[in-house]
Amino acid sequence: MSTVLVLVEHQSEVPLETSLQAITLGGMLGEMCSVSVGACQVGGVVRHIEIEHPMLSDYAPEAIAEALNQLIRTESPSAIIAAGTERGNEVMAHVAALLDLPLATNVTEVRPGDGSWGVTRTRWGGSLLEEATLTAPVKLATVAPHVFAAAGASGAAESERFTPELSQSLERTRVVERVTISEGITLTTAPVVVSGGRGVGSPEGFGILEELATLLGGAVGCSRVVTNNGWRAHSDQVGQTGTRVAPNLYVACGISGAIQHWVGMMASKNVLAINNDPEAPMVTKADFAVIGDLHPILEAVVEEVRRRKGG
Amino acid sequence: MRTLVCIKRVPAPGARIVLTDDQQAIDARHLPFTTSPHEECAVEEAVRIKEKHGGTVVVLTLGPPEAEEQLRYALSVGADEAVLLSTDGADWDPQATATALIAKTDELEAAGGGFDLILFGNESADAGGYQVGIRVAHALGRPVVSGIKGIDIEDSALIARRETDAGFEVYRLPMPAVIAVKEGINLPRYPTLPSRLKAKKAEVASFTAVQAPGGLHMLRLVNPPEVASATTILGLGPEAAPAVADLFEELGLM
Ligand SMILES: Cc1cc2nc3c(=O)[nH]c(=O)nc-3n(C[C@H](O)[C@H](O)[C@H](O)COP(=O)(O)OP(=O)(O)OC[C@H]3O[C@@H](n4cnc5c(N)ncnc54)[C@H](O)[C@@H]3O)c2cc1C
Ligand SMILES: Nc1ncnc2c1ncn2[C@@H]1O[C@H](COP(=O)(O)O)[C@@H](O)[C@H]1O
Repeated sequence: MSTVLVLVEHQSEVPLETSLQAITLGGMLGEMCSVSVGACQVGGVVRHIEIEHPMLSDYAPEAIAEALNQLIRTESPSAIIAAGTERGNEVMAHVAALLDLPLATNVTEVRPGDGSWGVTRTRWGGSLLEEATLTAPVKLATVAPHVFAAAGASGAAESERFTPELSQSLERTRVVERVTISEGITLTTAPVVVSGGRGVGSPEGFGILEELATLLGGAVGCSRVVTNNGWRAHSDQVGQTGTRVAPNLYVACGISGAIQHWVGMMASKNVLAINNDPEAPMVTKADFAVIGDLHPILEAVVEEVRRRKGG
Repeated sequence: MRTLVCIKRVPAPGARIVLTDDQQAIDARHLPFTTSPHEECAVEEAVRIKEKHGGTVVVLTLGPPEAEEQLRYALSVGADEAVLLSTDGADWDPQATATALIAKTDELEAAGGGFDLILFGNESADAGGYQVGIRVAHALGRPVVSGIKGIDIEDSALIARRETDAGFEVYRLPMPAVIAVKEGINLPRYPTLPSRLKAKKAEVASFTAVQAPGGLHMLRLVNPPEVASATTILGLGPEAAPAVADLFEELGLM
């Protein structure tokens, strides 16, 4: 069986969940060997290669791709895969460009065959699937998040080291500075997201959504109409070109449920729609709904929650 | 500053996607067309850079002749020149798309001078390949970073900011450079009526594109299985408040 390299992203040496999912797919496709930039504790793999180079002490997509390019020469893998994260997609696109090979991003299924693979990949941020063939001497793919189960983490392999030769010129796309902003509860970590759309009507209209979010220890989100109108910052936007969230509860207030919004919150465990149109797609797709004008409804809900909390 | 922006025409489906019978495309007979919000922001960013530092903005698209509509929209919000590489409308794979854009970029640079900056969207709205910009950058030997939500020009370098979970990271690219931007880098302006009329009459340079072979061949589009959900209606109007609070309690949120 041929070698399949899986690029593992990690934070403080702990592999990302999405990378463990990529390892699962890698294991189905050949003799899987995980690869990380710097030390990383990957369990349950037979081989692990650690790429070492002083230039890689911070994120440098072009340099990582060049390192992988050199690793391909020594390992002759049949495929390289990575998680379909922002960085996974970026690094793999650099590898594809360096080698002038095709790259299938965000695959949900791979059907290995002679010479070429059948792949299914996501389009429209996950609202549509594409079946395609990927034909290349070295297959390059990234794996759509949360499709495959994460690989188990037992029995760490002894890491092999690989030191690439990296030209100084690759410094040009290396991170030069990092700025930390501590925000407390963020959209991606909040257990509840109270989100508003055009139906909220104005920037001030979000006051009551803020109140409910605070009472429940959650964060406020919004639709693209809201950011486009300048009512909220884009960092609050949920959807295909905004943030993807997966809270315990997503409260969609005055949001119609366009697919580009839906893909950003469809991973929520529960969805509550508040909308005056009982036919709105958000209402028909939600688990729970309240029909009516959102403002009086939210005011009554906030009052009720306050009363029960005894304040 | 001479800036090139690459945009792609896509249909804008609403609550669900309907496919053509042959499953080769989205049935767009009743849909408006647009570009990715990332690309709208790329055009706006190029125009702001021009307004601050002078120069010209060229927009380029590979697509059906109707993609002129998206080019004219870019002209109406401040781009100076528009170039159409026309296809028969079928979606090209990312390698083929990049090859055509690279060839045209070379020609545009030979004729009108090099681009200091080439802007892309982070990913196209429909295909979402995350790669065309990076391929173009490699072919031209220029630095490229993706996911950018802030650009400043300092001397002959571009300072680019990208959001992370913890805050943001900063890149410093020597020019000429390529940047793939994300929605949120700015809030695009709307065209004015006079600018719209002017754009309607502007010249769009049009060429026929030649398709190079690529290694990712689309067979068909498929709708993902629909999640069947029965919605529980908790009530009508403010009277539903106790039921909503019950739900919060059940979910352990209070
Ligand atoms: C490529 C692309 C990417 C996109 N990315 C995103 C994205 O990341 N995020 C995103 O959100 N959108 C995105 N969009 C836009 C998306 O298609 C929709 O236009 C947008 O989500 C609609 O926002 P909305 O639901 O707030 O507005 P509308 O569709 O106008 O819906 C408003 C809703 O509010 C209800 N309503 C009105 N008044 C009240 C009231 N008083 N009380 C209760 N309900 C009320 C209405 O019944 C309606 O259902 C994208 C579009 C494209 C083409
Ligand atoms: N047909 C096209 N014409 C012009 N630019 C394109 C085209 N396809 C993709 N691009 C550009 O490349 C970016 C990335 O596309 P993709 O690799 O498909 O995700 C897009 O946001 C556009 O800026």
